Amino acid sequence: MDLTFSAAEQAFRAEARAWLEANVPKTPLESGDTREGFAAHVVWEKRLFDAGWAAVAWPRRYGGRDASLIEWLIFEEEYWRAGAPSRVTQNGLFLLAPALFGFGTEEQKERLLPDIAAARFLWAQGWSEPNAGSDLAALRSRAERVEGGYRLYGQKTWCTRGAFCDGIFGPFRTDPDAPPHKGLTYFLVPLKAPGVSVRGNRRLDGDEGFAEVFLDGVFVPDGDVLGRVNEGWKVAMTTTSSERGLSLRSPGRFMATAERLAELHRSRRAADPGLCDRVARAFIQAEAYRWFTFECAARMANGQDPGPESSLSKLFWSEMDLAMHETALALLGPSAELEEAWMKGYQFALAGPIYAGTNEIQRNIVAERVLGLPRK
Amino acid sequence: MHFVFTEQQRLSQRTLRELLDKDCTAAELRAAWSNASGRIAGLWEKLVAFGVVGLTAPPSFGGLGLDEIDLVLLLEESGRAALPEPILETTAVAIPLLSALNDHPYCKLMLRRVAGGTALVLVALQSRPFVPGAQLADALLIQHGDEAHLVPSREVRLVAERSVDHARHLHRVAFVPSEQTRVMAGDAARELFEEAFDRGAWAAAALLVGLGARLVEMAIAHAKTREQFGRPIGSFQAVQHQLVDAHLGIAFARPLVYRAAHSLARRDPDRSLHVSMAKAFASEAAWRCARSALQVHGAIGYSYEHDLHLWMKRVWALAAEWGDAAWHRARVAEAILGEA
Repeated sequence: MDLTFSAAEQAFRAEARAWLEANVPKTPLESGDTREGFAAHVVWEKRLFDAGWAAVAWPRRYGGRDASLIEWLIFEEEYWRAGAPSRVTQNGLFLLAPALFGFGTEEQKERLLPDIAAARFLWAQGWSEPNAGSDLAALRSRAERVEGGYRLYGQKTWCTRGAFCDGIFGPFRTDPDAPPHKGLTYFLVPLKAPGVSVRGNRRLDGDEGFAEVFLDGVFVPDGDVLGRVNEGWKVAMTTTSSERGLSLRSPGRFMATAERLAELHRSRRAADPGLCDRVARAFIQAEAYRWFTFECAARMANGQDPGPESSLSKLFWSEMDLAMHETALALLGPSAELEEAWMKGYQFALAGPIYAGTNEIQRNIVAERVLGLPRK
Repeated sequence: MHFVFTEQQRLSQRTLRELLDKDCTAAELRAAWSNASGRIAGLWEKLVAFGVVGLTAPPSFGGLGLDEIDLVLLLEESGRAALPEPILETTAVAIPLLSALNDHPYCKLMLRRVAGGTALVLVALQSRPFVPGAQLADALLIQHGDEAHLVPSREVRLVAERSVDHARHLHRVAFVPSEQTRVMAGDAARELFEEAFDRGAWAAAALLVGLGARLVEMAIAHAKTREQFGRPIGSFQAVQHQLVDAHLGIAFARPLVYRAAHSLARRDPDRSLHVSMAKAFASEAAWRCARSALQVHGAIGYSYEHDLHLWMKRVWALAAEWGDAAWHRARVAEAILGEA
C-alpha cells in the first residue's frame, strides 16, 4: 500500500493545475441548462478538448490522453478545485462512452467517441418514460424491424439538456412477448431525424434544459444499435454501474464543496458550534468518499468490476452532497433564501437521490446483491 | 497511489480470523464476562505465537518490526470477534511507546517481555479516565504532566469501575511519582503521549469497523431465517434499508481507518487529523450498526441471553473511549477552520 502520489502522478497534477489556472473562465458561465449557458459551455468543452483534457482516461485515438484511473481522479480534483464549469458533455462522456467501450463495434467507437470528447455531438440520456422511472424495465417505447434498421415509437422523458443536445441513447422494446428485462434493445437516436419532436421543460430551479422526446416512426439504422438485439438491459446495466460508481461524481467535486463550505464558515464567523461540527462532518465525509474511491480504483485497475458496490457509492455521494448544501444554507441564515449559488446548488443536490436510480432502488440493489437478503 | 494490501497482509487477516473463529467463540466470550480476568484463558499465548502481539516491536526485542499498515486488518479481525484481549493496549499503544523509550533500562526490559508475551504493560493517559484490564498489568506507563513514569503494579493504587462491557475491567489509576519511576520528561514525553493517544484512537476505530461489520452480519443472518407474515423478515424493505445504511457506514469508515494507518506508519504530518477523521466516522458508523442490529433482531436481541449485546456493548465502550465522535470532529474543525 502506498497512499502517496508518485512523481509521475504529481507531475500530471501540476500540469493539470497549471493549465486550469491559466484557462478556467474568471467569471462563472451561465447555467449549462439554459440555451445561452449551454452554448458557452460547449465553447469551454472545445477548449478542454483542444488541450487534451476532455476525456483524460480514454485512449488517445478516441480523443483522450491514455491517463490511468488514478490520474483521472487527480484531474477531477484539480478541475473542481479550480472552479471550472460543469460538464455539459457529461452524459456522453460518462454514460454513453462506458457502454460504447463495453459493447460498441470498432466502427461505432471510431465514429462516435471522438465527437463526444470534442463536443461536436452532444448526447442526452433517453431512459425514463412517463410510466417507467425506477421500474425501468416497464418501459413501453418500442422499435419495429424494417429494412436496414428499426422504426422507433414512444416517449422518453427527463432527458437532461435534451432540449439542446444532438442525440439520445437508451433502451427500446424490440420483443413485446419477452419478459420485461429481455426483449429490450439499446438504440442511439439523432434528435434531428424525421419523426422526432423535442419539448423542453423546466426543472425545479427553473432552468429549461430538461426535455421530453416524442418518437413517431423514427428510422434508426442497424449501425446505431448498441450491443446485441434484445440485450439492451445488459448494456443499460453496464452504464448504471459506471453512472453510480466511479465516473459520474468524482470525489474532487465534493472536496471542492467542502472547501467552499469552510470558506463560507470563516466568512460568516458563525458562533453556533453545531454548524462548526457540520462543516467538520462534511470534510470527513468528503475524505471518506475520496479514499473509498481510490481503493475502488485500485480494484478496477486490477481488472475487477465495480458491480453492485457502485450503488453504495451513489447512496453516499448523493446524501453527502445534500447534507453539505443544507449546512451551507444554515450558515447563510436569512440569506439562504436568495436565489444564488448555494440555493441553486441545493436544488441540484436534491436531484441526486432521485436520478440514476432512486436511492430506494439503490438500497434494494445493495440489500439483495451485496448483503444477500431475500427478495420475497 | 496504490490502495491495496499485500497478499501476505490479507493472508494474515484470514489466518487470524480462523484462529479467532475457533478460540474466541461467543461461548468463550460469555465466559470471559464472568471470570476474574475478563479474558479467555490461553488465548494470549496463541496470539503471541501467531505474531500479532509483538508485531510492532523491533526484531531485536523479539518482535516483527512491522507497522500500522500490517496491523490494521488484524485489529479489524479482533473487533469482528469482540476479542477480550489487550491487543489495542499492547500492540498499538504500549509497544510503540516502550520502543521510543528504550534508552531506559526498565523500559528496555519490559519491552522485551511485553513483546514476548510474558508481561503486560498498560498505558495510562491523562485524557483517559480508565485503564481497562489494569488489574492484570505488571507495570503501568503513566502520563504525569509532561513526564512519563513506568511504575510496577505493586506501587500503583487501582480503583475499579464497572463497564457496561463486563469483559472490560476498568480502573482508575493513582500513584506517587518519584525519581525512580520517571523514564522521560519534557516536550519529548508529551509528544510521545500525544502519539500514543493517536494510535489508541486509530486502533479503536479499526476495532469498531470489525465490530460494526460483525453486527451487520449477525442481523443479516437473523433476517434471513426469522419469518413473520409467512416470509423472512429480511425481505421487507424497512428491514433491508436500515441494514444497508449500517453496512454503508462501515464501508466508508474502512478506507478512512486504512488511510490513518498509512499516515501513522509513514509519520505523515497530518496524521492526527487523519486519525480523528477515522475515529469520528467509525464511532458513529459502528454505533449505527449496533442500533440497527438490535432493531432487526427485535425482542430476542434485547435478551441478555442472546449474544448480540456482547458485541453491542463493546461498540458503546470503544465509541466513547479514545475521544468520542464529537471530540474528534472538534479536532477536525480546529484543523480546518482554525478554531475549536
